[in-house]
Amino acid sequence: MPLLEVKSLTVDYRSSRGTVRAVEDVSFSLEKGETLGLAGESGSGKSTLGLSIIRLTPVPGRIVKGQIKIDGTDVLKLSEDRMRVIRGQKVAYIFQDPMTSLNPVKKIGAHFVELMQAHEPNTKKEDALERAKTVLNNLGILTERMNDYPHQFSGGMRQRIMIGLAIALNPVLVIADEPTTALDVIVQAKILDLLESLRKTYGMALILISHDLSIILERCDRIIVMYGSYIVEYADSTELYKNPIHPYTQGLLRSIPNIELADQKLSAIPGSPPNMLNPPKGCRFWPRCENTKIICKSKEPSLVNVGNNHFVRCFSPPEEGAKDIE
Amino acid sequence: MQKTLSEIIKAENLKKYFPVQKSFLEQMLARKASYVKAVDNVTFSIKKGEIFTLAGESGCGKTTTGRLVVRLLEPTSGKICFDGEDITKLRGEKLRMLRRKMQIIFQDPYASLNPRMRIGDSIGHPLEIYGMAKGKEKMKMVSEVLEKVGLTPPEQFIGLYPLNLSGGQRQRVALARSIILKPEFMIADEPVSMIDVSLRTTIIDLMLGFRKELGLTYLFVTHDLAVAKYISDRIAIMYLGKIVEMGNKEEIFSNPMHPYTQALLLAIPVPDPERKRKDVELKGEVPSAINVPSGCRFHTRCPKAEKTCAEKEPEMIPVSPSHFVACVQVEV
Amino acid sequence: MMEKKEMSETKVKRSILARLLPQLRSLSKRGPSGWMVIVGIVIVAVLVIMTAIAPWIAPRDPNRANVGPLRSPPSLQFPMGTTALGQDMFSRVLLGGSVMLQVSAISVFVCFLVGVPMGLFSSYVGGNLDKAISLVIDAVYAFPGLVIAIAIAAVLGPGVINMALSIAVVYIPSYFRIVRSQVLSIKELTYVEAARSIGAKWYTILLRYVLPNVVPSIVTVLTVNFADAVLTAAGLTFIGLGVSVDIPDWGYDLTKGRELLSSGGWWVITFPGIMIILLALGFTFIGEGLSELLNPKLED
Repeated sequence: MPLLEVKSLTVDYRSSRGTVRAVEDVSFSLEKGETLGLAGESGSGKSTLGLSIIRLTPVPGRIVKGQIKIDGTDVLKLSEDRMRVIRGQKVAYIFQDPMTSLNPVKKIGAHFVELMQAHEPNTKKEDALERAKTVLNNLGILTERMNDYPHQFSGGMRQRIMIGLAIALNPVLVIADEPTTALDVIVQAKILDLLESLRKTYGMALILISHDLSIILERCDRIIVMYGSYIVEYADSTELYKNPIHPYTQGLLRSIPNIELADQKLSAIPGSPPNMLNPPKGCRFWPRCENTKIICKSKEPSLVNVGNNHFVRCFSPPEEGAKDIE
Repeated sequence: MQKTLSEIIKAENLKKYFPVQKSFLEQMLARKASYVKAVDNVTFSIKKGEIFTLAGESGCGKTTTGRLVVRLLEPTSGKICFDGEDITKLRGEKLRMLRRKMQIIFQDPYASLNPRMRIGDSIGHPLEIYGMAKGKEKMKMVSEVLEKVGLTPPEQFIGLYPLNLSGGQRQRVALARSIILKPEFMIADEPVSMIDVSLRTTIIDLMLGFRKELGLTYLFVTHDLAVAKYISDRIAIMYLGKIVEMGNKEEIFSNPMHPYTQALLLAIPVPDPERKRKDVELKGEVPSAINVPSGCRFHTRCPKAEKTCAEKEPEMIPVSPSHFVACVQVEV
Repeated sequence: MMEKKEMSETKVKRSILARLLPQLRSLSKRGPSGWMVIVGIVIVAVLVIMTAIAPWIAPRDPNRANVGPLRSPPSLQFPMGTTALGQDMFSRVLLGGSVMLQVSAISVFVCFLVGVPMGLFSSYVGGNLDKAISLVIDAVYAFPGLVIAIAIAAVLGPGVINMALSIAVVYIPSYFRIVRSQVLSIKELTYVEAARSIGAKWYTILLRYVLPNVVPSIVTVLTVNFADAVLTAAGLTFIGLGVSVDIPDWGYDLTKGRELLSSGGWWVITFPGIMIILLALGFTFIGEGLSELLNPKLED
């Protein structure tokens, strides 16, 4: 049984200007210990999807349809109390901005104590602090610093603390939402390495959400590419890299600079991301697609299995391969 | 045979120290003032028509250096020359006349446009300032430049406010505003880091196109070395206010000599699932720019550091006529 | 003669309405704050129009004594009763807003003209000049408003302009402070730096880049200022520092009405009092509603 099973998840945001469908008809599954990358740009819906999995969709968002099964339990049917047990203990979330996600008036050690006592009220403070020490060691943070406050740490360190808090209760799934966007490239590499080693040690599954397709391709087993609230392509990372089918995926791959290639020719995807208040009729990508057919403008394509565990949502995939230079 | 291209920018021993704000008590107790040494003795030159990149992580001083070169900030000491003329101490009207030739594109397209000015007015404002065009003539030039940056039809965009545009479009407007005066030199401060990945190439291609069309020279400031590799002719790597390595693009990427450059290049994500990653052997974090380490600033984290590294600041040694490294451990 | 004047006035009002109506309609779509603004505008508009056309619709000369029985309560003939001198309250109420409206309008105008440029200039230039000016302004701000107004009005003497000036001095610090706090944050923003980088002169930057972004916060201060000025004007008149007695004025009637109250006469103080409250309320509604609407909210 897969660890996480999402079926036809749809999330709307209702505002005074109208309803925005942030996530539409998203279905995927995640096995134990697997890494899944959620790639997409602004407005694609990836962050909303990540938050919705643990029912933290920000107001005024609402899950309007779908099923989310964690270890067999449909969490959409659970009460808020039972959901809280799952959050943190079974599924942990690492937020994007380490600067504002920690409580500035609480010591680091206190963060851990608060977390553990929230889930197991009988935990003694000393036990919680012991556990915190083990975690901090794994993160490469000196245990003497447990009595320091968040502002005394740099951005990279704070993110490590966030990761530490996320894994402290040994969750089976960690969702990391743009964990390294605010960080420099060397720190980013170390944080991602850290996540990887912790993952291996504790056997956690990881959902990595990022707009940076490079890190997703580098570090994930399977990849979901999102565009305009839909999944447009979903495949193993090597399969996606060698055989991208959706024109958006192809366009993305063509626009990322790769330092290992000499004389790369980059090309952009024309146009802009869709306005989700008033998305294009038919396929959401057709205004930017060079391979548009008439049907693309009127009907919305469905996600189709093209073999090799590779799913694409497209009526008219371009025939040439993705890369011009190899 | 050496072909000497004229240098359009020469920065010599540039320093920018920001005084640290202290509380009254701290001022009484401390013996001397402390400074954030954002830019500390930086020297480089840029040839006409080339794209010169200042690369490094946040806090290395690249953005501040860029601001110093266009005189949006005053250097604490050092000299800047533009086209052979010393512009370090220019003031008033002379400085304004210089601005016609030097422009800057900012990182954040959501903050660099006046939210209460229409696009047409924002782009046309430089023309007004220098008395170059008015009324219909001005609007004609604005339309032309809007077409050049790919915002067509121009009439559709002239009356809009920035909030009606996406990030990528706003950056194009900013680009339009910078080139309408046909400047000679442009500083691009992380121009694509806040734009969606699929749109970055458009902006970059536009910038490259203007280099051809207007003979523009660029100083490109970025933390994204992959983009730097795509766009630059020459690159200087900065760390904690100093340039640690400088050279042609090929030299830097195929033969990085400074341990910091090597670490940086190893850390860059490569969009290839089958490639094996190598570990970045760098310990610790970037030290504070207020209490910089003695000697070579990088020695606290360097895997190749020796005792001498903490004692003396390394000079820039030539590895080749165009490739320079500031490291005593390097064998030439 | 009078009809012609009425006709042209109505024509003017109609064309103003024609331009205002679409704006009002868009306001009404903006939720409860939009409605607040509309209600406020309506109240103020009604009172202003009433005061403006009062000379033509007032049944009697408001200053003329003995047009009716002294101190008589509201009746069919005198819908709002009469004063101790036998003057018609209804006519007095219709015309009494004129002084108050003029005083508050002039004081707000002066305030704006002095406070805003001072705030803009001082905070943009910064440094010791800014520190010095802020010190003075803060000192004035620290004083209770009515006390300053009374002090200045006592020195200047009665009259519409003098009242306006004494009130203006009280409120200049409010404009200064809010403009200054806005400018201090705006001048660090990238688009101001961009304006410098294209070579704009400092006064162009202030006028075209900084000021338009400060205006939303000024507008809300403006309307609340109006409300406050109305009440302060009433206060000044109440303690006798207002205009001379031969001009009908709500504030003056408040004073006189208080005297009558002790002998059971409620009508002289009540009707002008209601008018003052309504006017202040109208401005407050506009101000509160606008501050809700103009403050940028995070989009979803």
